[in-house]
Amino acid sequence: MTLADEQARLDAALDEAKVAIPNATSTAALDDLERRYTGRRSSAAAAATEGIKDLPADDRPKAGKAVHEFKAAVAALVTARRAEVAAEEAAGAATRDRVDPTIGGHARRRGHLHLVTQTRRELEDIFIGLGYRVAEGPEVEDDWHNFEALNIPPAHPARSMQDTIYVRLGEPEQVMLRTHTSPVQIRTMESQPPPIYVVAPGRTYRNETLDARHSPVFHQLEGLAVDRDITMADLFGTIETFARELFDDPTIRTRFRSDYFPYTEPSAELAVSCVFCHGEGCRVCSHTGWIELGGCGMVDPNVFQAVGIDPEAWQGFAFGFGLERLAMIRYGIDEIRTFVDNDVRFLEQY
Amino acid sequence: MRAPLSWIREFTPLDAPVDDIEAALNRVGLEVEGVEQPGLEIVGVRAARVVDVVKHPNADRLTLVDLDTGDGAARVVCGATNVHAGMLAPYAPAGATLPGGITLERRPIKGEVSDGMLLSPRELGLGDDHSGIMDLDASIAPGTDVREALGLDDVIFDISVTPNRPDAMCVVGVARELAAAFRLPLEIPVPAAPTGDEDRPIGVVLEAPDRCPRYLGRVAAVTMGPSPAWLSQRLVKAGLRPISNVVDVTNYVLLERNQPLHAFDLDRLAGPGIVVRLAEPGERMTTLDGVERVLAPEDLLICDADRRPQAIAGIMGGGDSEVSDRTRAILLESAYFEAMGIARTSKRLKLRSESSARFERGTDPEGVPTAAERAMELLAATAAAVVAPSAVDQYPRPVTRPRIQLRTSRVNRILGTALDDQTVLDSLRPLDIQVTGTGDEIVAAPPTFRPDLEREVDLIEEVARRVGFDSIGRTVARPQEQIGGLSHSQRDRRVLADALVGVGCAETATVPMVAPDALADFGIGDTVEVANPLRSEESVLRASLLPGLLAVAATNAARGRPDLALFELGTVFFSPPAGAIHPVERTHVAALLTGTVRRRPVEPDRAVDVHDAVDLMTLLADALELADYVVEPEAIPGYHPGRGARLSAGARVVAHAGQLGEGPLARFGLEGPTVAVEADVEALRASPRRDRAFRVPSPFPPSEIDLAFVVSEEVPAGAIVSTLRDALGTTVEDVRLFDEFRSEQLGPGQRSLAFTVRLRAPDRTLTQADVAALRQRGIDAVVERHHATLRA
Repeated sequence: MTLADEQARLDAALDEAKVAIPNATSTAALDDLERRYTGRRSSAAAAATEGIKDLPADDRPKAGKAVHEFKAAVAALVTARRAEVAAEEAAGAATRDRVDPTIGGHARRRGHLHLVTQTRRELEDIFIGLGYRVAEGPEVEDDWHNFEALNIPPAHPARSMQDTIYVRLGEPEQVMLRTHTSPVQIRTMESQPPPIYVVAPGRTYRNETLDARHSPVFHQLEGLAVDRDITMADLFGTIETFARELFDDPTIRTRFRSDYFPYTEPSAELAVSCVFCHGEGCRVCSHTGWIELGGCGMVDPNVFQAVGIDPEAWQGFAFGFGLERLAMIRYGIDEIRTFVDNDVRFLEQY
Repeated sequence: MRAPLSWIREFTPLDAPVDDIEAALNRVGLEVEGVEQPGLEIVGVRAARVVDVVKHPNADRLTLVDLDTGDGAARVVCGATNVHAGMLAPYAPAGATLPGGITLERRPIKGEVSDGMLLSPRELGLGDDHSGIMDLDASIAPGTDVREALGLDDVIFDISVTPNRPDAMCVVGVARELAAAFRLPLEIPVPAAPTGDEDRPIGVVLEAPDRCPRYLGRVAAVTMGPSPAWLSQRLVKAGLRPISNVVDVTNYVLLERNQPLHAFDLDRLAGPGIVVRLAEPGERMTTLDGVERVLAPEDLLICDADRRPQAIAGIMGGGDSEVSDRTRAILLESAYFEAMGIARTSKRLKLRSESSARFERGTDPEGVPTAAERAMELLAATAAAVVAPSAVDQYPRPVTRPRIQLRTSRVNRILGTALDDQTVLDSLRPLDIQVTGTGDEIVAAPPTFRPDLEREVDLIEEVARRVGFDSIGRTVARPQEQIGGLSHSQRDRRVLADALVGVGCAETATVPMVAPDALADFGIGDTVEVANPLRSEESVLRASLLPGLLAVAATNAARGRPDLALFELGTVFFSPPAGAIHPVERTHVAALLTGTVRRRPVEPDRAVDVHDAVDLMTLLADALELADYVVEPEAIPGYHPGRGARLSAGARVVAHAGQLGEGPLARFGLEGPTVAVEADVEALRASPRRDRAFRVPSPFPPSEIDLAFVVSEEVPAGAIVSTLRDALGTTVEDVRLFDEFRSEQLGPGQRSLAFTVRLRAPDRTLTQADVAALRQRGIDAVVERHHATLRA
């Protein structure tokens, strides 16, 4: 073996590498080729290195240099091709390794609060912003809290306005599912001295067969404010502020008309200017420009007397909304039974 | 209350536009539910005389009616049964237009051509009566335009009157409000009936004067017959059906003056006397509607001189002394009954009438004689009445106007206004409220027809109504002494609901009346019964939320949605402790999962399982940050006996979860595994909470060890986890079961459970020796406590 032989074999190997390496199509193939030409064992470079010791001493440095140049040439070829292959492989991975992301996972779906709960929370939060607390009371009430203390004595005509579901406890017709949230007013005033600023949301019951317009179960939100000098103007202003916040519309107007409730005097029906047509008249407001939302009034002195509050020292207002009614208006729901039906297609819509 | 404008105008010269009148009524609290102007839309409808009625050849229920239309003849097909020869009826020929804009065409009905049609009151826009063809006054000439014949060029306001305003249930009352609103005079003519020579004295005995504070009887000879057109037209427009001149007059006065009257056939009473008494226990009488009524001692009766009941006072008369076409003399009753008494009897007997509706709200005791006089005046004109000169009027304790102090300062303090004395006084006077004095010394005397005006605040409402709610300002009162917000309990309820929403559950709101059997399925017998349930089978209040959720699941499954994740947060009811009348109310939260968890093709689908339910149970506990709670197997009524679990915190069980058993599923027709969790919210809340003091996360590396044990099936994995945690103390960061298997080698009743334990010390890197010692400590504890063996 001579230096010339060594050089010839390295040249031959390099010529071969100049063809093979640029034609390599993967990183793995490149790695193989790199090992074959310049690896530590059984490569062209390794064989040449092994052969150096058999050369005459004078030729050895030249042979070493030749091996070094061979390795550098191969490395340059590999490096150049490696970048190309990496780019080709990255391009290929987009199709080769792809996953269809539209298959999706199906497990994590968001749940839903009932539309009544969402409405209740919205109203609660608005009144909390005005400084109110949220009061609660039992759903099964006694005659005193549901009727008598609210200035509705037995045989009062207002009782026939409210068909009551009674339970078999106490005397006949003494214990009932509350027909409105107003008994929470009584319980609140019985349990804490004024001033009082509360809203009382809750479930209420009437003995009505479920149909498009009636439901045996529905929800109200009652408000009660008792303070030293609270006025009907405060009532009207509070309702108007609330309505503007709820509908996020500072142009909303409120309208109050004389009405009758046994537990307030004076009493008013409350309406807001139609949030859909702004008073022009549309289907939602029955072309009146106004939407009736509930009732309100100044707490009747008889109610104050029933709970031992001096009506000369304190005065107050109360109001009530139907939560289903509010949601029906806002979202165009035609039938109240939708809220009791619990069709998941409805529940999942909100 | 239907008030025709033509009638209102008899009392006040109102010529404002209809829209303004409607708006004014609404403002003062007389809510207008409808405005009818039948005459505006009716074109070409005429009175026609029925000449002959023959059966329709092709239809059993139809007749062919030949008509004299005034200018010719016509034949119509008719479905009503009250048509007879000689009758005068409203006839709409082809081309005529009816209310609602309907225009008639000539068309065949079952093969016979109908040349237009005969009309019911409803088809003419006169109330709801559609029971037959309208019977027109026979004196009308055929061919007369029906608008003229019925006085339909009128406006009828249909007003919803609130229970506190009996005075507004009559035309005069509506006219009074309108006169005040439009600043017009109100003039109510004083009636004066001509009297005859013959007096027929009658005796009236009031045995219950507290129930009947005033009773006036007046006698007249009458000639029975139909009412004149003008009178029957008014009744029709007000929604009542004309019957006979005497009955029509009593109804007319009722509508005009809000004073119900009753006419007895004098000759059918046992002598000219009346006894007003309370009923005997169990006494019976048959009312005009043919129903025999069983009476109670609280019921007030109007009886003849022999004490035989002739009427249930203020509610309905009896058949014995009902006026008929043979009646020659009447005793007219005009009375004032105590309102609550009428209301109680009416409610108990479930018997309501135009009279009872007025008496139970409160009529005018001072209006009793005027109403009787007005009736006699009308009877003289319409029934040739010869009125006996004297009336008997039992009125032992005359009612006078109350005198109420009214302070202008108080008016302004309640309303938030700055009204002056004059405005306050001027607002009350048009309502016939007499006022004297000024400032805080005003004395107001409201009329006796306003029983709702008893107190200062009632007058303040009148002022507000009169000055208009629109003139009251808008201010906002805010509390000075409290911070708005939710209570802790209310916040926690939101947290629980939000946690369930976060894992995909949809909130339901179910009716809390359920079948007792549906609760018995869950071992609950301690329930509260509903006295008058909406549906007889759903007769108790729910003591669990699960029956409601199961019903929702069944409904949705039937609609093609079997895979459900539902929850509800609401009140449940248990029977009260001895001596109490209020049920024990608790707030529960429950979730129900049904059907399949669908993950294909990414992962296999699987049915919902117990672990899903237990996950929700621990989710609830974790949402409220409960400390050291324990989940253990439990046999729960209504659940699969081997697939239930309870969660205890402190020493209390606060939640259950598991797979529901066959009983509840079969009851609701559900198939396939259904799992549920139910917890008592306040019990959850009362459990110890995690310490929120900050713990520094250890910066040292963890060591993981795997341990596999063979234990009896009786040993729950959760118990081994607890044992390992207890044994290894604060160095345990996590214990996780990663494998469970059973095999023949292990033997029956045994299983292998393998755990990965992650250890980490807060203050140093654990050495191999540390880990080995901890490992042995864990093994020893499990082997000893659970009779386990370590798998090599």
